[in-house]
Amino acid sequence: MSREKFQSISAADFFYKNREIAGFDNPVRATYTIIRELVENALDACEQYSIKPEVRVKLIDEGSSIYRLKIEDNGIGVPYDQVPYAFAQILFGSKYTLRQSRGIFGLGGKMAILYGQITSHSTVKVMSSTGGFEKYSYELNINIQENHPIIRKKEVTPNPARWRGTIVQFNFEGDYIRAKPKIVEYFRQTSVLMPYANIFFVDPEGVLYRFDRITDVMPKPAEEVKPHPYGVDLEVVQRMINASRSNNMGDFLANNFHRVGVATALNFLKSVKISADANPKTLQPKDLLTIVSRMKDYDGFQPPDAQCLSPIGNDLLEKGIMREYKPEFVAVTQRGASAYSGYPFIVEAAIAYGGDIPIAPPDEMTVFRYANKIPLLYDLHSDVAMKVIKKINWQRYKLEPNSMPLAFFIHICATKVPYKTVGKEYIADRPEVEYEIEWALKTCAREMRMHLAKKDRVSSMQRRLTVFERYLPLISQFSTELSGAPNQPNIEKVLKRLQANAKQVEQRSLVQTD
Amino acid sequence: MLNKSSKEVLSKLTEMGSDISGQIERGEFPRLKLPSRTTSNIVFDEKLNQFILGEQRAERSASNIKQIRSLTQLLWVASFAKRLVNEGKSSTLRDLYYHSLNYGIKFREQLESDDTVTDLEGLLMEPREAFNIFPKERSAIFGDLAIEYTTPETHKGKKANLSSNPDGVMVGLSVAQAEFHECKADKVFVIEKNAVFRRFIEERVYEKFNSILIDTAGQAPRLARLLIRRLNLELGLPVYLLTDADPWGMHIAMVIIRGSANAAHLRELTTSKAKWAGLWATDIKRFNLPSFPLTKLDEQRIRLLEADMRYRDFEWQSELQEFKKTKRRTELESFSAHGLTAIVDKYLPKKLKMLEEME
Repeated sequence: MSREKFQSISAADFFYKNREIAGFDNPVRATYTIIRELVENALDACEQYSIKPEVRVKLIDEGSSIYRLKIEDNGIGVPYDQVPYAFAQILFGSKYTLRQSRGIFGLGGKMAILYGQITSHSTVKVMSSTGGFEKYSYELNINIQENHPIIRKKEVTPNPARWRGTIVQFNFEGDYIRAKPKIVEYFRQTSVLMPYANIFFVDPEGVLYRFDRITDVMPKPAEEVKPHPYGVDLEVVQRMINASRSNNMGDFLANNFHRVGVATALNFLKSVKISADANPKTLQPKDLLTIVSRMKDYDGFQPPDAQCLSPIGNDLLEKGIMREYKPEFVAVTQRGASAYSGYPFIVEAAIAYGGDIPIAPPDEMTVFRYANKIPLLYDLHSDVAMKVIKKINWQRYKLEPNSMPLAFFIHICATKVPYKTVGKEYIADRPEVEYEIEWALKTCAREMRMHLAKKDRVSSMQRRLTVFERYLPLISQFSTELSGAPNQPNIEKVLKRLQANAKQVEQRSLVQTD
Repeated sequence: MLNKSSKEVLSKLTEMGSDISGQIERGEFPRLKLPSRTTSNIVFDEKLNQFILGEQRAERSASNIKQIRSLTQLLWVASFAKRLVNEGKSSTLRDLYYHSLNYGIKFREQLESDDTVTDLEGLLMEPREAFNIFPKERSAIFGDLAIEYTTPETHKGKKANLSSNPDGVMVGLSVAQAEFHECKADKVFVIEKNAVFRRFIEERVYEKFNSILIDTAGQAPRLARLLIRRLNLELGLPVYLLTDADPWGMHIAMVIIRGSANAAHLRELTTSKAKWAGLWATDIKRFNLPSFPLTKLDEQRIRLLEADMRYRDFEWQSELQEFKKTKRRTELESFSAHGLTAIVDKYLPKKLKMLEEME
């Protein structure tokens, strides 16, 4: 008979032992995930503070399957004393509030560093500055069992140029050759949603991929919001009560929940028959349970609003797609804010036609999916977007996704993206999300149909002109042969009338499209 | 008829060209109006005793994308016709179609160029022979008729007798346009079938009945119809038409007498005094001829002819009724069942007498 040995493990230890769930299951996937996680942290460090991102990534082949990653951003920078925790302690971070950001717990970046430490037995070098008089360099390791940073080296130097940003460098074991297509595609698709960013990537073969800023406009950054009553559970409410200073339920609800004011709070309490004066800290567990379960189906709450979200917006989405794929036409649309389970979200979509957009191979479609500006490159066919695309009757819009050069872009931004798995690769089919995607795509499709119809009209006008230009000289020639006149009549006048006509048709079709 | 109008044709073509050129100069989309040839515009003219085109006009306008091509084609055919008439050359429909390939005028098939020629006929109110475009010749004439050629230049003034060739002489432009010099015959037999035409020559029908023989080889071509008309009008010869006893045969006779809907835009091709001398439906019984049941197609055709304006006369209607009743048809050759010469010895004298009595 053996005795079970109970022990708690640290967060770092847990992730070390379960690294496959976060996308580190093999060197190819790990290479992709590491670059992705660090690029996203870099972009978040800029965007959330309305800084136009300048992100430089360099991957160097050190031999024996070891690569050195160096990534530099011009973001807000990490304060001097926070650096060890921000880079070498799992589940520490700035992202614990509810607002749209790429990662939620700041986990991915540290997982990447942890993976690097394990596979290459080296330290992570971080240099950062918030733009003050000093910049500081650290060399760090993670104490896996204790989930605690180990500072190997620390150096503070003057910062006369007031440089601001963060540079991270570390080694890891990977396989760039095989990961390359996904990584390049990742950069490309990322840049589509960020036409306001400069992104450079130098790969181990020395090739520079550069995505240039083409606009100075940035979407408004997401604001932090309190949780909406639809999206909380017993544990969260308990913690909120512990942290709150309110000593009656009315104040507690009105102060701590998104879109709940005094009146809403009182009405809600009436419906659960709990006094507005009751002290939250002394509430019976039974009453607390009633409150939490009632919160999910009470219809008196205002829906969550979207100030915590940072959608791209039609203009930027169109610009980004235009820069990367140079389509002949792109129809973009942004849906109003909606919510699932108390988490607000907004769907943006675009359909692009022609230009560099290829005709999809048989039985496939060109679909680009994004969640909180992260391109999703895996598991397209499990994604709700694909389900919607298959459901829509494209013929009604005179579109043929299999034989026309069409690409679909779907961006969902949410305080919590309904991923189906931890790997963050595809979106679950929540009915609310499905509905929004469907209508976003249909709106784009309608606009696309109008564009194509207009193009048809204009090209048929063009064809008409060609026909006239071909036959009128012949008519003039034959009529002269018949009349025996010395000179052919001049067809210029008739042609001019035609061209004036063509212009009118074009303008009329423009008006119709508008 | 052809010679005297060639000047007229030329002036009509010139006028057409000046008209179009003028429209272009004024900055208008050039257009033409021609008689519509849709069935709704084909009406039977009681006075002329033939089909003519009604008042409806069809437009070919360059402002219409669907018509500009056919307008151009029509103008090309017109300019081609002008060249033919000017240079005294002739052409056929097939020849014209191939010629068009040199001019960037894309006819999809010969049917389309043929149709354009018919449009020009309608526009000018002249048959295409008037602008020297001729169909393939296949009809022949035999008989004691002396003619003098008027075309082509090489044969102008030369004389010929149409009994010189025992196979018959092909009815082409030159024969159809020739002047009639001397004619000893006093009637014309027009025969639908070459086999019977040859039998008539072998049996010296031209002598025994003092007649001119014409083989139409099926539906009579226009030049044959023109020649038949001239023989009837210019020489005053009575014309007897011999066809098979079926709805197709009787229609060959009818077209010679009252014209076709296809040529409703043309006049002066019909011979209204020509007589259909058989075979009639009633002849099957009368002469005890071998016969065959009517096909479905035959019966459909009969129903169509019943409603046709040209068939409204009593004799024609009663023949149609007879076909419907007996449901049988026969051919000219069927007389051979009674001996090789039966058609000449027994049928012709009896039929001519019958026709005489009916007058």
